[in-house]
Amino acid sequence: MKRIGLCVAALALSAFLAMPAVAGETFDAVKAKGFVQVGVNQGLFGFGMADDKGTWRGLDVDTGRAVAAAVFGDASKVKFTPLTAVQRFTALQSGEIDVLCRNATRTLSRETSLGLNFCQTNYYDGQGFLITKKLGVNSAKELDGATVCVLPGTTTELNAADYFRSNGMKWKPVVIESTPELNKAFFAGRCDSLTSDISQLAGIRAVAPNPDDYMILPEVISKEPLSPAVRHGDDQWMDIVDFSVLAMINAEELGITSENVDEMLKSKDPKIQRFLGVTEGNGKALGLDEKWAYNIVKQVGNYGEVFERNVGADTPLGLERGLNALWTDGGLMYAPPFK
Amino acid sequence: MPKNDAAALMTGTIPFWNDPDKRAIIYQILTLAAVGAAAYYLISNTLANLARQNIATGFGFLQKESAFEIGESLIRYSAADTYARALWVGVLNTLKVSFIGIVVTVILGTVIGIARLSTNWLVSKLAGIYIEVMQDIPILLQLFFWYAIFYENLPSPRQAMAPFPGVFLSNRGFMFPVPESHPAHPYMLLAFAAACVAVWAMQRWARKRQARTGRIFPVIRASFCLLLGLPILVWTLFGAPTQMDAPELSGFNFNGGLSLSPEFGALLLGLVLYTAAFVAEIVRAGIQSVSYGQVEAAEALGLRPAMVLHLVILPQALRVIIPPLTSQMLNLTKNSSLAVAIGYPDFVSVANTTINQTGQAIEGVLLIMACYLCFSLLTSLFMNWYNKKMALVER
Amino acid sequence: MDERDVADMDEIKPPKSQTGIIGWIRQNLFNGTFNSILTVITLFFLWKTVPPLIRWFFIDSVWTTGSEACYTADGACWSVISNNIRFILFGLYPHDLQWRPLIAIALLVALLAYSRDRRRWRRSLFYIWATGLFVMGLLMKGGLFGLENVDTTRWSGLPLTLLLSIFGMVAAYPLGVLLALGRRSRMPAIKSLCVVYIEMIRGVPLISLLFMSSIMFPLFLPEGLTINKILRAQIAIILFTAAYIAEVVRGGLQAIPRGQYEAAESLGLNFPQKMRLIVLPQALKIVIPPTVGILVSAFKDTSLVVIIALYDLLKTTQSVLSNPKWMGFSSEAYIFIAFIYFICCFSMSNYSRKLERELGAGERH
Repeated sequence: MKRIGLCVAALALSAFLAMPAVAGETFDAVKAKGFVQVGVNQGLFGFGMADDKGTWRGLDVDTGRAVAAAVFGDASKVKFTPLTAVQRFTALQSGEIDVLCRNATRTLSRETSLGLNFCQTNYYDGQGFLITKKLGVNSAKELDGATVCVLPGTTTELNAADYFRSNGMKWKPVVIESTPELNKAFFAGRCDSLTSDISQLAGIRAVAPNPDDYMILPEVISKEPLSPAVRHGDDQWMDIVDFSVLAMINAEELGITSENVDEMLKSKDPKIQRFLGVTEGNGKALGLDEKWAYNIVKQVGNYGEVFERNVGADTPLGLERGLNALWTDGGLMYAPPFK
Repeated sequence: MPKNDAAALMTGTIPFWNDPDKRAIIYQILTLAAVGAAAYYLISNTLANLARQNIATGFGFLQKESAFEIGESLIRYSAADTYARALWVGVLNTLKVSFIGIVVTVILGTVIGIARLSTNWLVSKLAGIYIEVMQDIPILLQLFFWYAIFYENLPSPRQAMAPFPGVFLSNRGFMFPVPESHPAHPYMLLAFAAACVAVWAMQRWARKRQARTGRIFPVIRASFCLLLGLPILVWTLFGAPTQMDAPELSGFNFNGGLSLSPEFGALLLGLVLYTAAFVAEIVRAGIQSVSYGQVEAAEALGLRPAMVLHLVILPQALRVIIPPLTSQMLNLTKNSSLAVAIGYPDFVSVANTTINQTGQAIEGVLLIMACYLCFSLLTSLFMNWYNKKMALVER
Repeated sequence: MDERDVADMDEIKPPKSQTGIIGWIRQNLFNGTFNSILTVITLFFLWKTVPPLIRWFFIDSVWTTGSEACYTADGACWSVISNNIRFILFGLYPHDLQWRPLIAIALLVALLAYSRDRRRWRRSLFYIWATGLFVMGLLMKGGLFGLENVDTTRWSGLPLTLLLSIFGMVAAYPLGVLLALGRRSRMPAIKSLCVVYIEMIRGVPLISLLFMSSIMFPLFLPEGLTINKILRAQIAIILFTAAYIAEVVRGGLQAIPRGQYEAAESLGLNFPQKMRLIVLPQALKIVIPPTVGILVSAFKDTSLVVIIALYDLLKTTQSVLSNPKWMGFSSEAYIFIAFIYFICCFSMSNYSRKLERELGAGERH
């Protein structure tokens, strides 16, 4: 009787205990367990959200898939852990996840005191205000005395406090832990305004019962470079994540898409040959398969495709490329030479 | 050979594992060693992890500028204040909702408990249904429910409901006028404190006099007069200031007066309705624990119904009621930590934000636990004092 | 007294006003002025509230339409449930494999129904449960017998709620008994350890333990070792519930007269035998009602894992409500899961009352 109990207990435990993922050797650990564990938002349309079939979708989710494609040559070898704002950094610090793709803003204090390193930014954002048109407000400067919905513990909360303080205005925050609950409260009129990154505001406006009743104020009150993060002190793993994002940007620069990538293999351009691993060297340098960049582009797509698929003009979010356009189009997306 | 055994026992020649005292010592050493080793293991791991990943430690952050705003506060607070002050605001908010919650819960719970015992079938059944339903639905779900009802159904400030002049109800909260601050107020408070002391002294005196002479002094009426009269007297001496600070719609929201936010309202309502069901059961059990013979005996002695209640039923029922009631009060305080889910800035919510801003999870969680441990320690001190006071003095 | 007299006495019936419906109403609703007023007020209140509620609930409500029909309907929008039932119940579990948790839950209900009868409480029941739990785990997790492997991170909805509560109860109970024995121990070190543990856990809210498990505990572990989020929350729930069970069991232990302990010792039983054969069977029987109370609250408390982003029943419901199509129908969705929680808790406490009666009846002969 005891033995059966033990067996059941052992089986139950084995279902839960994760493989050891030793920081400093994250890459080896990831290879050993056979998948990348990615921390994502628990429900942010366009960035990280499970659809009604339970499949994860979003820009951050695709970034995680790109890392898996680079490491395993298979973008599906990835598992997602939904995290709250409070949990995200500890989850990374403790090794519960291998990479954090949860629209986290890169800041000095996070980089220095939280034990993590940020990689190439996958979305340049800024903070703004969403309001109901009924209020008749046209500028954030007119928000004196307003009640503002804000997510707790984010840079957003600090920026808003700074903004109101520096403009000598009073405000009342309503702080709710979960994004969906916060949005619901805003739509129901609990707050005059909702402040967040503009990409998110677009998403929230898009899912409003009547999107035309709402508008985003013109002011952008902060810089929010949203970047994937890895544990501090693991340079190889950081390089891999960094260059997985950069590879998507570089692919767009070179005009390589998931559709034409096979033809591009035959290209005579030495830059493309190096990038896709026809000319060997890049993969070895990173400790990856030479086809790593090819796999990312083939299975996940270039940055432009990922952007359009998740947050672009044809999605409910309908975001412009703006700062996230290639540098050649006046944006900030700029990949270093792949050589 | 009993003599030999006794000798062996005294000289300690029996094997130590058969000697209960020594065995106990060994067990204890082993347990302590195991606990100590586990603690050492966890702490050394933690320190190693923190050092390796360059994570900040210590409580130094408490003195730094918090830089975040808090929606409602009993004391003056701005984003320029320190984390320590922000957390203090959180503690006060927790105490505020718990205190008001406990008072309302005890009243409501008592009413429902008595209703449960009512001879009126309808009332008793309704109370029974209420108790059963409320006890069987998670408090967090109830909080979400009430909060959703509040913000989905209340109008915006510009269409605020005004049940009475000066009182407004909107999805910004419940606003009502309060007397404008006046130098008389601190003195009125002082007068009230003085009245409390006087009432206490009077009660002692009245009890002694009754024991000595048998004459009854109308303590309750006199106390009432004192408690109300003294502050009112002070108020008239200051020229009876009646200036009110009434809420007024300006810009986005109401200014002036006092306001209770929907978050506070939903939290209070949820906690009260939930806990009252448990309190009702406790009150019912307490009253039922006093046998009817006691009442009959008291009536036979010629006591009036009020005195039967006051002198016979209550002292006995309270002895049964108070201990579980205190633990329900503590439960209510602990459940108020669920405020974090609906956005009321209680201690856990502020600590949560602090953890997020500073990244110092360990310190933050320790602060939360320490704070609630303090509450429960204070409660159990009170309980010990009360139990000692109420213990049956048997002759 | 002869038979005729008896028959005559039978003829004398109580007055009409004391029998039948009228009598019952008079006795239970209108005995005395105060009660009459109370009844009238209550009836008025019910008349004002119940019919509109029933109209909202049943008559004006829509059941299986899309969300557009809901915005125009006057009553409740139960479509929010019927359209999303699978996500509410099973959450992130792979869509085409959701028959597996369904069977697992059915199995659990069958097992519970089977063990309701106290005559079936034999050793074989333990084996049945062990096998049952194993099969349920296998159905959930897969990986054997050609069942596709489903990662624990995708376990969500009702199965997760049930998992957290059942394993929480099963593991917390023995731990609680041990703690209670420790607290009653004569060894000062063990006693104080247990006292500190019990009082500390009872002094803090569950949510702080959940925070600890989700954001603090990972830092306790050595470099590289991590434990699944669900298991960490499960451990927090177990540790929390055990402290409360310990206090209840301690009450039971205190209620056992000293004579029982002494009798057991004089029979030459050692400590484990004494406890297992004499003391605990009696003590645990006394404390069945409060224990069930604690198990019920443990079940309700699993809903708190929402705050640490585990997709339990409450969280999946909130997910559905954050979908713009269904925003604004929170009441309906919350009422639905409140109903699920109510059914579970009510049947637990109802069963405990039944058990209490049976055990009490067994004692009296």
